[in-house]
Amino acid sequence: MTSSALLTIILTPLLLLALATLLTWVERRLLGLWQDRHGPNRVGPGGMFQAVADGIKILFKQDWIPPFADRDVFILAPAIGMMTALLSFAVIPITMGTGIAGDLNVGLLFILAMMGLGVYAVVLAGWSSNSKFALLGGMRAAAQMISYEVFMGLALLGVVMMAGSFSLHDIVTAQAGLWFIIPQCLGFGVFLLAGIAETHRLPFDLPEGENELGAGFHTEYSGMKFGMFFIAEYAGIVLVSSLVTTLYLGGWRGPLLPPAVWFLLKTGGMVAFFILLRASLPRPRYDQLMALGWKVLLPLSLLNVMATGTILMLRASL
Amino acid sequence: MHALALLAASVTVIGAIMVITRKVAVHAVLYLVVTLLALAALLVMLGASFAAMLEIIIYAGAIMVLFVFVIMMLNLGQPDSAREKEWLRPRAWLGPGILAAIVCAELLYCISPLSGSMPSLASITAHDVGLSLFGRYVLMVELASFLLLAGLVSAFHIGRNRMENR
Amino acid sequence: MFNTLRTLLLTALHAFHRRATVQYPEQQPYLPPRYRGRIVLSRDPDGEERCVACNLCAVACPVDCISLQKTETDGRWRPEYFRINFSRCIFCGFCEEACPTYAIQLTPDFEMGEYARPNLVYEKEDLLISGTGKYPDYSFYNVAGIPIPGKERGASERERPPIDLHSLLP
Ligand code: SF4
Ligand code: SF4
Repeated sequence: MTSSALLTIILTPLLLLALATLLTWVERRLLGLWQDRHGPNRVGPGGMFQAVADGIKILFKQDWIPPFADRDVFILAPAIGMMTALLSFAVIPITMGTGIAGDLNVGLLFILAMMGLGVYAVVLAGWSSNSKFALLGGMRAAAQMISYEVFMGLALLGVVMMAGSFSLHDIVTAQAGLWFIIPQCLGFGVFLLAGIAETHRLPFDLPEGENELGAGFHTEYSGMKFGMFFIAEYAGIVLVSSLVTTLYLGGWRGPLLPPAVWFLLKTGGMVAFFILLRASLPRPRYDQLMALGWKVLLPLSLLNVMATGTILMLRASL
Repeated sequence: MHALALLAASVTVIGAIMVITRKVAVHAVLYLVVTLLALAALLVMLGASFAAMLEIIIYAGAIMVLFVFVIMMLNLGQPDSAREKEWLRPRAWLGPGILAAIVCAELLYCISPLSGSMPSLASITAHDVGLSLFGRYVLMVELASFLLLAGLVSAFHIGRNRMENR
Repeated sequence: MFNTLRTLLLTALHAFHRRATVQYPEQQPYLPPRYRGRIVLSRDPDGEERCVACNLCAVACPVDCISLQKTETDGRWRPEYFRINFSRCIFCGFCEEACPTYAIQLTPDFEMGEYARPNLVYEKEDLLISGTGKYPDYSFYNVAGIPIPGKERGASERERPPIDLHSLLP
């Protein structure tokens, strides 16, 4: 292993953490913009260092573990959330050559696996807090995230079929002519919704549901452990955005500008879209969410898989 | 490569032992997850990264979460872990433990992995898996799908009856 | 589905709307003259304290945050001490309505932040202002029929001179 590879491995998580922290500020500014107010604009240029100030504050908060909690699992849960979110970035190809783990031939599956493990963070946090609100949040999270993982996987099948590979590099290469968002528009919609549910972002933030569950699964968390959930959520947004970019928006492809800039631009746009969703949509009821998943998204994604398969077969036989 | 594989293998075994000795059910499930992850690492080293990822997604990511979900619903408490402790007396596990140790030793003797060099492994891709599933083993796949369909239908049936009784 | 997309579009268009927030410390908001803020005790046009220590404001106050003690000099009642606990005051303005002398008045000022709670208890010295507040010409003793030094009985506005009972013969 070369030293530059080691450096990448060490630097990337730090960079991602910084990015996620910055994103808390970006989100608040954008929410302000769309809600006719300013958002944090005092600390530093444009309020940019608000995230730093918040970080310092949260670091010095009392880190309290409730006596009725299951201590070990309670501490483990936020770490799992953080780890899975950061590990998933290992296979995201920013440009042709870059990407931490290089070109993993099961890259897409690796990300799905990490997302699957990410469920534990929320569920275990809910269970180990040993409080009713947290438990309810954890149970909702378990049901919601497991169901939406199914649709996410099925939606991705279309992309995998068209590219003929699980490797993210190959998928981007396969989008040389046409971005997959056009032939795979159904899959794109399903993947987007599943991505929101998977990162339990608004409007699908039922595991947290401030106005009915306190703060849901992290009701009992304080200090930096809460901060880790927070950062993991933002890392999750960046992850899903960069996934959408890679899978449907042609990854680093684009005219004129260098590839990395294109990738960052597209990802940034997706992140902004996520925040726009939060700014405008109300949270559905829990049964509505599940019904949407199993009664609408599942048939749609199955239809997508079948249609893609049929067209590919026909094209191959011609 | 040997050292890494041995590490993953020992994590698997230790995890499995922890699973059966934990008193709190969720802890046991978590150790089971660790075992599965270590197994997945072993699979990657054997060249079957596709199978490894599927194992993480399906076993660790979905089935174990359902286990945790069910345990959360059951709301096990202090008395349950006390009962588990009761069951973990040496009298209960000594016999099976000895038998298992004998089998394990025999297995180790038979395969003796530490001798000889690691054979270079061809990596098994999704392509190969698909071909063998729908080529050689297509009958098994169909049978399994029948079984799953039956399970699905019966689950639906049970769920619907509950709804009507209310 | 269509509605959702429309919502998204409308929200995005809000990026081009004017922002409703007032950037407070730099940009002071307009406060109307009758805004109910920090309470003051005002003075007569001739510079005397208006408050006659009648306790009506203390009675009217729903949170009981006014405390005062009456004293008397030269026939004029005045408060010996007058204390408002602003950490309890809810700025309802009832005291101002109850006051017969326009002494107690609420002003358009709300910047009363303090680090320690006891600092929010204002004494008479803190409350008294040198002017007349909202009612420049009003002086209670000029309209009330009470003699004070410099004003005999019957010298108030719209008050007839007192009638000498002994001169009332049939
Ligand atoms: S404004 Fe209301 S609460 Fe405040 S002192 Fe006057 S009567 Fe009391
Ligand atoms: S401020 Fe007004 S109401 Fe209160 S004691 Fe003085 S005169 Fe009476």
